[in-house]
Amino acid sequence: MPPQATDPPASVALEIKSGSVNLLTLKLADGDLDRVAKQLTEKVQNAPEFFRNAPVVIELSALNTRQSTLDFERLSTLLRSLGLSPVGVRGGHGALNQGAESAGLAVLAERVETPAREAPKPVAPKSESPLPTLGGGSRVIDQPVRSGQRLYAAGGDLIVLAPVSAGAELLADGNIHIYSSLRGRALAGVQGNLSSRIFCLDLQAELIAIGGHYQISENLEESIRGKPVQVFLRDGALIIEDL
Amino acid sequence: MSRIIVVTSGKGGVGKTTTSAAFAMGLAMKGYKTAVIDFDVGLRNLDLIMGCERRVVYDFVNVINGEATLNQALIRDKRRDNLSILPASQTRDKESLTQEGVERVLNELSETFEYIVCDSPAGIERGATLAMYFADDAIVVTNPEVSSVRDSDRMLGILASKSRRAEQGLEPIKEYLLLTRYSPERVRLGEMLSVADVQDILSLHLLGVIPESKSVLSASNSGTPVTLDEKSDAGQAYRDVVRRYLGERVPHRFVEEEKKGLFSRLFGG
Repeated sequence: MPPQATDPPASVALEIKSGSVNLLTLKLADGDLDRVAKQLTEKVQNAPEFFRNAPVVIELSALNTRQSTLDFERLSTLLRSLGLSPVGVRGGHGALNQGAESAGLAVLAERVETPAREAPKPVAPKSESPLPTLGGGSRVIDQPVRSGQRLYAAGGDLIVLAPVSAGAELLADGNIHIYSSLRGRALAGVQGNLSSRIFCLDLQAELIAIGGHYQISENLEESIRGKPVQVFLRDGALIIEDL
Repeated sequence: MSRIIVVTSGKGGVGKTTTSAAFAMGLAMKGYKTAVIDFDVGLRNLDLIMGCERRVVYDFVNVINGEATLNQALIRDKRRDNLSILPASQTRDKESLTQEGVERVLNELSETFEYIVCDSPAGIERGATLAMYFADDAIVVTNPEVSSVRDSDRMLGILASKSRRAEQGLEPIKEYLLLTRYSPERVRLGEMLSVADVQDILSLHLLGVIPESKSVLSASNSGTPVTLDEKSDAGQAYRDVVRRYLGERVPHRFVEEEKKGLFSRLFGG
């Protein structure tokens, strides 16, 4: 019998699922909306493509001790005029949250502790070649990492001084440094260390991940391809930045 | 002390057997006592390319199983008497090869021959891993296209980790890149990876570039290793490869497009 697709019955018009998405977070350090407008406009003009129609969460934690009100209507209008799409606030206290709600913004729950997507469980791989191990579980690799090879630095950093080929996989509990081209996969902080980072001199990766937050090659911005970059997590979003 | 060279690639159809035959013949032409072994049990081809298919009595598996002595199975080349061929069995499969058996045959060959060329089958399974296990040097045959490059890369990873030299912590296998079926014109048109592209991905010492050539096919069909064809560009390229392998400094040829003269441009030569 041929395999059949299991389509939901025609009567079902919707399905409720839980899912997590990465959003840009706008952290307000100051309640002065004139200054916010000026600085944000500059930032958006620098990278219009990056910000186009991006949904944004407004982070209020820094304002709690300073003020109890904020003109959310004006802030929303400002964001929309810059092409951003405000979806909610977080980190605020009572009065600030109320103000946001009445301006039609969602009040989001505090930080979720579990990472959005679980990283593949790191199985301590059989090392394909005997390589030196530094103290603290860090490893230094000075030979090219070939397609099909899998290297894991348990409890430390993985430092690679040669190219990492497509189809190779690097895993580390700590940071991953590649002083050459990265064409394979690099997964830092595989045990959940969200402050770990990936550094490489030439980003052509198939996949990069930190603590289970990942991005695949197809979604990498053209502007950072082939460049020296660092990758880190900020508020649950994977940030790729020129070095 | 003899040197064992594996000719390998991962991917099939890239020119391993052509290269094994041409390279072994090139070493023999330089005066070295050379043996070439076909590891492709079940799909034997080397005897055809070497032109000795009608003289096969015993084969590699017979020797491993003790059904024949090495001297009974070795076929001496009629053009160069310092070159011998050990053909593969066509009626068995690769499971007939055992590590102990292969080691015994290689040790015995080492007593007589200066160079032993192992023609690896495609893939990364038993035949291929045994062909490279005892190697001192590896010639990684690669075509200028992405899937061949990736398979070569995979094979390089295996060479670096699953060989005898790797397992015993000896000096690693020396790896050489050989680009075959190269066409500068198609590189210019963007249809093929360039030498620089491939070297960038594989970061490997370039032993040579063999141009795409009609002479390779006719050499195969006639059972004459292309190295013997002095006029052919591929034959010359293989001679250069042998000289480079032996430590001579030879500039790379066939990497740039040949300038066409007015005549050939007019008549589409």
